[in-house]
Amino acid sequence: MTRTTTAEGQGNTGSDEPLLRLRGVKKHFPVQSSALIRGEQEYVHAVDGVDLDVRRGETLGLVGETGCGKSTLARCIARLYDLTEGTIELDGRDISTLSRREMRPLRREIQMIFQDPYGSLNPRRRVGSIIGEPFAIHDIGSRRERKKQVQELMELVGLNPEHYNRFPADFSGGQRQRIGAARALALKPKMLVCDEPVSALDVSIQAQLINLLADLQDELGLTYVFITHDLSVVRHISDRIAVMYLGKVMEVAPVEELFETSRHPYTRALLSALPLPDPDLADRREQIILVGDMPTPVHPPSGCRFHTRCPKAQPDCAEVVPPLEKAKDDDSADHLTACLYPMDPDERLSRARATVADSEIVADDSALGGVS
Amino acid sequence: MSIGTSDVAAAHEEVAGPVIEGRSPWALAFARLRRDKVAMLSLAIIIVIVVVALLAPLFSAITGHGPNEQYHTANALSPGGLPRGPSGEFWWGTDDLGRDVLVRTVYGARISLLVGVLATALTVAIGVVLGLTAGFLGGLVDTLLTRLIDVVLSVPFILVAVALVSITGPSLSITVLVIGFFSWASVARIVRGQVLSLREREFVEAARSLGSSDRRIMFVDILPNVLSQVIVYTTLLIPVVIVVQATLSFLGLGLPPPTADWGGMISEAQSYYTVAPWFIAFPGAALVITTLAFNLFGDGVADAFDPRTDRLISQ
Repeated sequence: MTRTTTAEGQGNTGSDEPLLRLRGVKKHFPVQSSALIRGEQEYVHAVDGVDLDVRRGETLGLVGETGCGKSTLARCIARLYDLTEGTIELDGRDISTLSRREMRPLRREIQMIFQDPYGSLNPRRRVGSIIGEPFAIHDIGSRRERKKQVQELMELVGLNPEHYNRFPADFSGGQRQRIGAARALALKPKMLVCDEPVSALDVSIQAQLINLLADLQDELGLTYVFITHDLSVVRHISDRIAVMYLGKVMEVAPVEELFETSRHPYTRALLSALPLPDPDLADRREQIILVGDMPTPVHPPSGCRFHTRCPKAQPDCAEVVPPLEKAKDDDSADHLTACLYPMDPDERLSRARATVADSEIVADDSALGGVS
Repeated sequence: MSIGTSDVAAAHEEVAGPVIEGRSPWALAFARLRRDKVAMLSLAIIIVIVVVALLAPLFSAITGHGPNEQYHTANALSPGGLPRGPSGEFWWGTDDLGRDVLVRTVYGARISLLVGVLATALTVAIGVVLGLTAGFLGGLVDTLLTRLIDVVLSVPFILVAVALVSITGPSLSITVLVIGFFSWASVARIVRGQVLSLREREFVEAARSLGSSDRRIMFVDILPNVLSQVIVYTTLLIPVVIVVQATLSFLGLGLPPPTADWGGMISEAQSYYTVAPWFIAFPGAALVITTLAFNLFGDGVADAFDPRTDRLISQ
């Protein structure tokens, strides 16, 4: 059986219609409480109301610290988790409430590449059978056809097709991620959700895999949701970037706009942590060091999630949840910020003083004094 | 659609070919096992015992004695009716009824091995399926099955076996069923524990994101990963089952007489061991050697599947 050619995915339906549309997506996990204390059931608010569009053929980078809910969001998109609330539309069709059985045909559309190159491949199965698993599950092709397709996939991701009889243990981390990519591509999906696909790899190998993913995107017209906490990686591969903090999107913008005129204090702090290759530039740059830890997602702060650590938080930040919208007139239409007091490009966060009661002094200007 | 080990085989076969073959974890374990001298010697002994059991009628033909035939000649029984020691006619002596101990011991091996294999297979089959189900599905199913495991493990096995056999009467199938029913719980517990950790691995998530069904994930993705533990446990379970079977026979709950089996023979020999030590010594030794061989082989298998062993037996 032949499947749709990949180029077709880009051309059909209106190009303005996003491939994936998330509206108010929430995922709460119940906290295991001890049986003795019978209190109210508590929840980890891993993803707490995310609105995002992913357009056809683009790469949306999803960045944020560990624990901000980006991996959970990825698993919600791939429908590995059921949503607590909200909708996910794929190609205009709501997939958020489909059962596993109803979801099965749609698995062909969205696939996932996982973070751990060691954990994501079954150590007891041969590579050929791992990559061919999607064909077996969806009952595609005869045995001989499958083998041929598996070998083509291996070639596509830069593996030696003759190695199909080997086991995952025979491969390096980078090669294993290629195996994972081949498996994800087997069903010719429109969209790939990449959950930190390179964070477990050596830097030299990271570049290879990222270039492979970029080439595959050009070749197959794929749409990526690319999750990482590595800002330089995401800058390289993304068209747009969404910054997450404590289960919410703080700011979303085209890559260069985000790096040049970020509006959200959190984005600014995150970007200031990006190492610069030019030492002079690095010295002159403002480095914002946030004080304190990320609050627990079991009891997220009221109002703006970031107000407890924000250097310029005002009293109303603790009360009003800022909507994700265009912050300033000169921002492009794609640049949305969830902040009541968006920043100007030349504004220095380290000079700001928070006036909200429960926030501490949270910034330090290392540009003047240097980091101790 | 049925999913079972045949699918696993098919999945492997699908890519079979001589091109560049990785050594499977099984092949590696087997290679390690082959270098383990004690395990190989034990395996040789096990093979000899199996062959002897299969050729039991040959022993009968050579000696001219049936396993249940009673001889009342002077060679078989003393004038006082006591068993006779080993002689040219009765190589391992006779028992209290004038039967050939050698032929009976050889026939007894058949029973021990048959029960050992069948009861172990039953035990492992129940244990694996229930352990896999409990560990993978979790929730209420897991709670219920775990409680069931606790209950089964706390039942006084011998007492219940005595009660059951006294109702149904002794037979091969009841022996196998009783042993299987009371042994699966420990297998299930081991498998469940493994599955609990395996189901959190990313490859299970990956299978899910590909649209795999629960059953397929259980049997195609998870089962092969617990199989090595199951195999190790199985080889170590066989000698236990053989001893349990002998114990049941010893207590008169084995096979109905005059069927020859080791536990029964030892039981019959109890009152004669001072005057006729051969009567108890030969079936006793057969039992000890068989269980020892299986145990040592099982240890070897356990070592072979333990990846750390590679460093211990490096070339």
